[in-house]
Amino acid sequence: MTYAAGVDVGSTQTKAIVIDEDRRIVGRSLIDTGANVIQAAESSYVDALRQGNIDEEEVGYVVGTGYGRFRVTFGNSQVTEISCHGRGAVHLFPDTRTVVDMGGQDTKAISVSADGEITDFCMNDKCAAGTGRFLGAAAEALDIPLDDLGPVSLQSTKATKISTTCTVFAESEVLAWIGKGKKIEDILWGVHTSIASRSVALMRRVGIHDEITFTGGVSRNGGMVKALSDRLEKPLNISDDCHYMGALGAALFALDNVMTGRAPVADNVGATS
Amino acid sequence: MTITAGIDVGSTYTKAIIQARDGTILGRAMGPTGFKLQQLARTVYGMALDDASLGEGDISYVIATGAGRHQVDFKDLHVTDLTACARGANFLFPGTRTILDVGGQTMKASRVDEAAKVLSFRLNDKCAAGTGAFLEKTARYMGYRTEEIGALMTTSKGSVPISGVCAVFAESEVINHLSLGTAPADIMQGAIESLTSRSVQLMKRVRAEPEFTLIGGILRFQTMGQLVSEILESDVNIPDTDMVQHVQALGCAILGHRRLEKIRTEADASAPVR
Repeated sequence: MTYAAGVDVGSTQTKAIVIDEDRRIVGRSLIDTGANVIQAAESSYVDALRQGNIDEEEVGYVVGTGYGRFRVTFGNSQVTEISCHGRGAVHLFPDTRTVVDMGGQDTKAISVSADGEITDFCMNDKCAAGTGRFLGAAAEALDIPLDDLGPVSLQSTKATKISTTCTVFAESEVLAWIGKGKKIEDILWGVHTSIASRSVALMRRVGIHDEITFTGGVSRNGGMVKALSDRLEKPLNISDDCHYMGALGAALFALDNVMTGRAPVADNVGATS
Repeated sequence: MTITAGIDVGSTYTKAIIQARDGTILGRAMGPTGFKLQQLARTVYGMALDDASLGEGDISYVIATGAGRHQVDFKDLHVTDLTACARGANFLFPGTRTILDVGGQTMKASRVDEAAKVLSFRLNDKCAAGTGAFLEKTARYMGYRTEEIGALMTTSKGSVPISGVCAVFAESEVINHLSLGTAPADIMQGAIESLTSRSVQLMKRVRAEPEFTLIGGILRFQTMGQLVSEILESDVNIPDTDMVQHVQALGCAILGHRRLEKIRTEADASAPVR
């Protein structure tokens, strides 16, 4: 049996996925990227192999993706995270036509065809408003663990409207609302709806088509899933593997090579910005 | 002697000025705004009165300005930041035609005439990238406090480019530079250069013309004034360190005197003719 692997080095976390010839996930790993990006890529890959009980020699091809994809020193080639998220999403949910990827530092809206090809995408890469960092700032201001943000926000009965755009100013606004006696869950729900509204605006720029798959680290946050689907007025495809979507897509590109011997095609999709 | 007070409740600091009718500044005070605006405004006002050795009863008129001006419950009147800032800058530098104010959470450029009337203005109040918060964040990522920024920058030997598009994304840039061994002072220098270039862009949008007067907390750092002067190829007016953050409060105190004069004139005019 030959295996294929994908390593997604994100700004905040590094993910690795190992799949077999039947495209089944046999190993996965998730670690914080930290300052040593090369080390993070290696560690997550080794972790994923160990989990699948696979020797490095059994892996036929490795694709690196994410902002640190060129730091995957053992990678055979690199593919952008946009292509990988699209490919992964269509693999898990074949009717996906729009992907929203919310990571630590950016949010991307990707439009994909039935065969997983990227037809359009746009991202907010110039401003942290409406990204996972906005949640991070709120968590810091309120001194709540990141993983509790979603569950706490879901207890809200009425959102406290967050009027500031900038993540830096939002941190002050959150504290000001606390000072005025607003409930933490209502403030947090306000933060979630504010991010959802910016993300949906981004998605509209590439066009929203059935079905929508939510990927990236923030997809684990139930509050954000609800805020987005409320705003879109339709459910989102979501699974535990959505957090690993970039790595999964990369592994699928790697498997193409294992099966056909062809290197993944370099993607050169123009961004809508 | 008529005495007025000006209170400027800014996003980061609250400032107060006590001024006599002849223009003499009798007292001043400053404190971090925080979240209890009403209380803090009262405290800073009290501090300024103490500084002037005066009591509330000695003050004839109080004007408030700044983002938190509506929270000042002892004010007689409130005016916008731009009005206050134009009046204060005109008092210190009568030739002022363009004002740049870089504060903790806002950046403002305005063009004024010889009578301190605001002709046009541009604000950056939606994004932290062009404000003091940008420098504060950059310093914090490197483990420095805001108060240490000035001293840190004097040791800079060069600068590295910091894109300055987003105060949050600057963190990644700072980390990258630090990991490459760049000195924190040079990163800080890069941050202030990027802030300056945004400031000058804003000034150009109001069609800046000399004299240029630069105010706000960030102008405590001499580098900023020097850089603006270099880019504009012109001299710039910068108030003394102890005044640079108080220009708006000063403007309020001056407006207080004008307001009192107007009230007096109206009272005279409506008095029965003998």
